[in-house]
Amino acid sequence: MRAFTYERASSVEAAAKAAASNPEAKFIAGGTNLLDLMKLEIETPTHLIDVNDIGLDKIEPTQDGGLRIGALVRNTDLAAHETVRRDYGLLSRALLAGASGQLRNKASTAGNLLQRTRCPYFYDTNQPCNKRQPGSGCSAIGGFSRQHAVIGTSEACIATNPSDMAIAMRALDAVVETVKGDGSRRAIPIADFHRLPGDTPHIETVLEPGEMITAVVLPPPIGGRQIYRKVRDRASYAFALVSVGAVIQSNGTGRIAVGGVAHKPWRVEAAEAELPNGARAAAHVLLADARPTEENRFKVELVERTLAAVVSEARG
Amino acid sequence: MQSPNQLEISRRDLLISSTATVAVTGVAADGAAAQSAGKIMDHTTKVSFTVNGERRDLDLDNRTTLLDALREHLHLTGTKKGCDHGQCGACTVIIDGRRINACLTLAVMHEGDQITTIEGLGEPGNLHPMQAAFIKHDGFQCGYCTPGQICSSVAVLEEIKANIPSHVTGDLTRQAHVTPAEIRERMSGNICRCGAYSNILDAITEVAGTRA
Repeated sequence: MRAFTYERASSVEAAAKAAASNPEAKFIAGGTNLLDLMKLEIETPTHLIDVNDIGLDKIEPTQDGGLRIGALVRNTDLAAHETVRRDYGLLSRALLAGASGQLRNKASTAGNLLQRTRCPYFYDTNQPCNKRQPGSGCSAIGGFSRQHAVIGTSEACIATNPSDMAIAMRALDAVVETVKGDGSRRAIPIADFHRLPGDTPHIETVLEPGEMITAVVLPPPIGGRQIYRKVRDRASYAFALVSVGAVIQSNGTGRIAVGGVAHKPWRVEAAEAELPNGARAAAHVLLADARPTEENRFKVELVERTLAAVVSEARG
Repeated sequence: MQSPNQLEISRRDLLISSTATVAVTGVAADGAAAQSAGKIMDHTTKVSFTVNGERRDLDLDNRTTLLDALREHLHLTGTKKGCDHGQCGACTVIIDGRRINACLTLAVMHEGDQITTIEGLGEPGNLHPMQAAFIKHDGFQCGYCTPGQICSSVAVLEEIKANIPSHVTGDLTRQAHVTPAEIRERMSGNICRCGAYSNILDAITEVAGTRA
């Protein structure tokens, strides 16, 4: 790990200001992904701003009946929160399908949204990777690509976003609230938060340098059967090959977001319109532009079958 | 037998202190970049926390993980380093009642925290019930993952009691119960390459039963 200086921020404003004054600084919350990457020198910040003690660890109702989740709320606490379990079951289920108990106890809401891909070539510093070293090439294209994206890919990158939580947030239309170094604040719909790789796969979100997430806001509950179905190589503690987060209403309409297939949570509203016609019809629209590799072609059918299982569970 | 051991410890300390010296020199050369909010910062930070009931004051290289602080600085070597990347669970410790991977957190981030390691759960002659149950049920073979397994197990039963759900909890709006499926799912962050899982499950189930 490269050496770095360290400070404990005392307020949101102080943290944002500290980040604005040093382009090589990073915020650290749970640290479960950042420190892993720092040990491998994939992330090399020269300064860390510890934001664990700036009061962003609360879950509060919003005026319109939604829920504001502080950026520092741990995955365990979010999944276990009474309101989340009752009204946003999809979010609890997605969180509990991810990582291990130990990691969920540390991992934060904001950090979960910002976690990096688990593409093995991103992690292997001996291999070219456009995400780690822009312009060096993509080793996954033509390499071992079983886990990789099948849609929204580019010639530069076929990595997936590994987050389970983000799939639920996408289906629930969450909004990401941020603050910048100059104190200005903005609200970013989750649909716009993560980027597709294009020719700049190293830029994964629309956050500007130094911009800090302060909260993730859920709109008022929408009811329905809320289901998160994750297909993976082990029964626990593994990243998704494919996951489907869904809110299905009693009349057969609903929302679906899919994980493990793209650089961001994959949701297509035209596919949701097909839901009353069945999983096959919806999946066909959802992945109409899929460009899988030979090794991950199975994911296209797996999405359809996983979605069928979800629709069937929702009816039952 | 004692002298090679002593030598090993002093060699570690020497390595640690020389790393810190290099880091401090780096700051002097790079002082301007290390300034923020008017403070000159260096590559070491003071931190105080409580380990197994005893207050500890350390001045550490910022890079020191909690795991390395426990093992290399406080010589509490019960907590094990397996993968050092949060994948195996051998480094599991309990902080303020919650189990975490000590390898994926910086020691300097734990100001004021209450840390419990395997040494703090029990000791020879006065074992924690979970330690006794692991021995009774032969919940290990080589023993390397065992401190992490035991710290994790103790915290798992507390998590169920605190009504924290898991991936296999049926109804999210109801209290979770101790079942074999719940224990297996909740212990998935602790890998045992000797494959003592079924005996580990028996040990945890017994402790859960005697508590209920």
